[in-house]
Amino acid sequence: MSDTAAGLLQVGLLLACLAAVYRPFGGYLARVYTSDKDLRIERATYKLFGVDSKVDQTWAVYARSLIAFSALSVVLLYLLQRLQHWLPLSLGLPNVESGLAFNTAASFVSNTNWQSYVPEAVMGHLVQFAGLAVQNFLSAAVGIVVAIALIRGFSRSKTDRLGNFWVDLTRTVLRVLLPIAVIGTVALVAMGVVQNFSGGHEVTSVVGQTQTLPGGTVASQEVIKELGTNGGGYYNANSAHPFENPNPLSNLFEIFLLLVIPVCLTRTFGLMVKDKRQGYAILGVMATIWSAFVVLATVFEVQGAGSATRAAGAAMEGKETRFGEWASTLFAVSTTGTSTGAVNSMHDSFTPLGGGVPLFHMMLGEVTPGGTGTGLYGMLILAVLAVFVAGLMVGRTPEYLKKKITAREMKLVSLYILTTPTLVLVGTSIAMGLATARASILNTDSPHGFSEVLYAFTSAGNNNGSAFAGISANIPFYNTALGLVMLLGRFVPIVFALALAGSLARQHPVPVTQGTLPTHKALFVTMLVGVVLIVTGLTYFPALTLGPLAEGL
Amino acid sequence: MASNLPGSVRQFGVALRALLVFTAILGIVYPLVMTGVAQALLHGNANGSIIKVNGKEVASDLIGQTYTMDSGKKDSDGKAIMVADPKWFQTRPSASDYDAKASGGSNLGPNNADLLAAVDERRKAVAALEGVDASQVPPDAVTASGSGLDPNISPAYAALQVNRVARERGLSVEQVQKLVKDSTEGRVLGFLGEPRVNVVKLNASLAALG
Repeated sequence: MSDTAAGLLQVGLLLACLAAVYRPFGGYLARVYTSDKDLRIERATYKLFGVDSKVDQTWAVYARSLIAFSALSVVLLYLLQRLQHWLPLSLGLPNVESGLAFNTAASFVSNTNWQSYVPEAVMGHLVQFAGLAVQNFLSAAVGIVVAIALIRGFSRSKTDRLGNFWVDLTRTVLRVLLPIAVIGTVALVAMGVVQNFSGGHEVTSVVGQTQTLPGGTVASQEVIKELGTNGGGYYNANSAHPFENPNPLSNLFEIFLLLVIPVCLTRTFGLMVKDKRQGYAILGVMATIWSAFVVLATVFEVQGAGSATRAAGAAMEGKETRFGEWASTLFAVSTTGTSTGAVNSMHDSFTPLGGGVPLFHMMLGEVTPGGTGTGLYGMLILAVLAVFVAGLMVGRTPEYLKKKITAREMKLVSLYILTTPTLVLVGTSIAMGLATARASILNTDSPHGFSEVLYAFTSAGNNNGSAFAGISANIPFYNTALGLVMLLGRFVPIVFALALAGSLARQHPVPVTQGTLPTHKALFVTMLVGVVLIVTGLTYFPALTLGPLAEGL
Repeated sequence: MASNLPGSVRQFGVALRALLVFTAILGIVYPLVMTGVAQALLHGNANGSIIKVNGKEVASDLIGQTYTMDSGKKDSDGKAIMVADPKWFQTRPSASDYDAKASGGSNLGPNNADLLAAVDERRKAVAALEGVDASQVPPDAVTASGSGLDPNISPAYAALQVNRVARERGLSVEQVQKLVKDSTEGRVLGFLGEPRVNVVKLNASLAALG
C-alpha cells in the first residue's frame, strides 16, 4: 500500500471511531448534566463537601466556587512539590524549587501542562499520581462545566441560575472521566504502556552496558492526560516515549481520546438547546479547520523543506520510526487543535511551515475542536461574534439560539476574545526585549529562535502546553511569566464566559421570524470558519511573519 | 451550620473538602487499583516488556539501546570514545544517547547549522561502516528520534546492515535476513504507523545464537 493511501486510511479510521461514539456519548453527556437524580456515591460526596445538590447557583457564585476550587488546587499542588522529599515514593528526589513549583502548579491547574522540567529527574511517583494526575482530572472537569453552564445560558430563560458547580464537577469526574479512564488504562497496558511503582529497573544489554528503565503509574496517567486534553507527559519525551505510546495502535487510541470529549460535546450542546442541527453546524466548523490543518501539516512535512531536513532525506529528526510523518502530523494537529499539548514528535524539528501549522492552530484559540469544554465555549463565543457581524451587515439586532445579542453580551465577547492575544503578544514582546530571556533560545541562527518564544507564549496563553522544546524555559523569568500567562489565559476568559451565560439566561427567548439568521446552515458554517480564521489569524499575522513565515517562505 | 459566614469564605471551605475527597479518589484509590489490576492481568507489559537472553534480562523491547564498543581513544575530557560495534545492528542516533532516565529529542530546527553538520557526519560514518555509497543511507539512520529511545529502524536501514553483521559473525546472509524478518513489523492493520525493524529484539536473537 502506498504511504498516502495508508495515511489517509489512518485518518479515516480515526474519524470512523469518533463518528461511532458521537451520538451515544454526546447523548450520555447531555443526560449527565440534565438529570436531577444523584447517584448514591454522589450523595455521599456532597455530604462530605457540605453542599446541597438541589440548590442552583447564580453565575457569580458559580464563578466564585470555580475560582476558589482552582486557587486551592494551585496551593495544594505547590505544597506537594515543595515537600516531596519528605513524602513517600519520592524516589529520593529533592523538593522542587519554588519558581518551578509555581509554574508547574499553575500549569496543571490551568489544564495547560506546560513542563519546564525533565519529569524523570524532578518529579517522584507521589507528586505524579497524587498531584499532577489529580489535576489532569479536575482541570478537565472545570473546563467541561463552564461549557455546560454556557449551554444552559442559551437553553434557560428568565432565570439567574446556571446550575451547581459542585454537582456539575462531581458528575463530570465520577460519571464521565473516571469510568473511561479505568477502561482506557487497561487498554493502554494491554498495548504495552507500563503501570508500576518501580524506582528504576536495571538491565545489562547484550554488549554489557547497563541501562536503567524508568517506572511509574504511566498508563493510569496517560489515559487522563489525553482524555482531559491535558498533555503533561510522565516522561520528558511525552507521547514520543515508547513507555507512554508504544506502537501505532496506542498512538491512534491516544489521538481518539484527546478528541472524543470536545467532539461529542457538540452533540450534547445540540441536545441541550433542543436543536441538534446547531450542534452539527458547530462540529462542521471544527471539522473543516481541523481537516485542512491535517492536510497542510502533512504536505509540508512530506515535502521536507529546510536545509538539514533535505540533507537527511526526510523530516525524521524528532520523529519516531513507528509513527513516521503521517502519524506524527495527525497527532500534532490534534494536540494543538485541542488544548492537549502532548507530543509524539518534537515540533521544534518540524519543517518551517510544518511546524507553523500547529503554532497557528493554537492561535485560533483552540476551538477546532478545542480542549474539554474550552473548545465548545470558545467556539460558541466566536459564533456569537459571527452572528453580530452578520447582524451589522443587514442592520438587524443579532440573535443566536433565540437570545438577543445586546451591547452587554458583545462587551463580554470582546473582552473574552481580546484576553489571550494580549497575553501572548505582550508576553512575547517582553521576552524578546530581555537579554536573559533571549539567552534561552536554542536555535539562534534563524527566525526559528523567535518562533520558539512565540510558541511558548502561545502555548501558555491558550493553555496548550506543547513547546518548541529547544527553549530552556526553566529560568525565573519564564517560570514566572508563563505561570501568570497560563493562569490569566485560563481563568479570565472563564469569568467572561460565565458572565455571558448569566446574562443570556436572564433573557426572554425571542421568537424566530423570517428575518432570523439560520445558524445551522452551510452559509453560517462558512461564515463562522471565516470569523475564526480572520479574527485570530489577523491578530497574529505580524508575529507569524517574523517567525515561521520568514523561515519557510 | 456555617451559614452565618460570608459566601466566599464558605466556598473556600467547600473547595478544600472537595479537593481532599477528589485527591483521595483520583490520586490514591484510582492509581493503586489500576496498578493492582495491571500487575495481576498484564504483568509483563505493566513492567516494561523485559526480554531475556539465556535467562538474563537484557532490555525492554520498547526501549532502544546503544551497541557500541570502546575505540581505545579518549576525548578531550578523558572519556572513552565509543564507536559502533560492527557485530550488532545499530539503532538510530539519539539526543540522549539512549539514557532511559533522560528521554528527549535534539529539538534542533530544520535549518539549524549544527543539525546539518551532524547529519552530514552521520551519513559519512554509516556509509563507511556499511561500505556503501552515502546516497544509500536512509533518513532514519542520520536523524535523532523524538524520544531518544527509539528501538526501531526502517527496513531499509536494517537491510543496509545485513551484509556487515553476517560477515562479522561468520553467519550466512540468509540466516541474518531471516532474523531481520522475524523482528520486522508491518503497519498495524496494514495502514497504521510505519513498517519497522525492532533492533533490540533483533540483537537479542543474534545474542541467543551465541
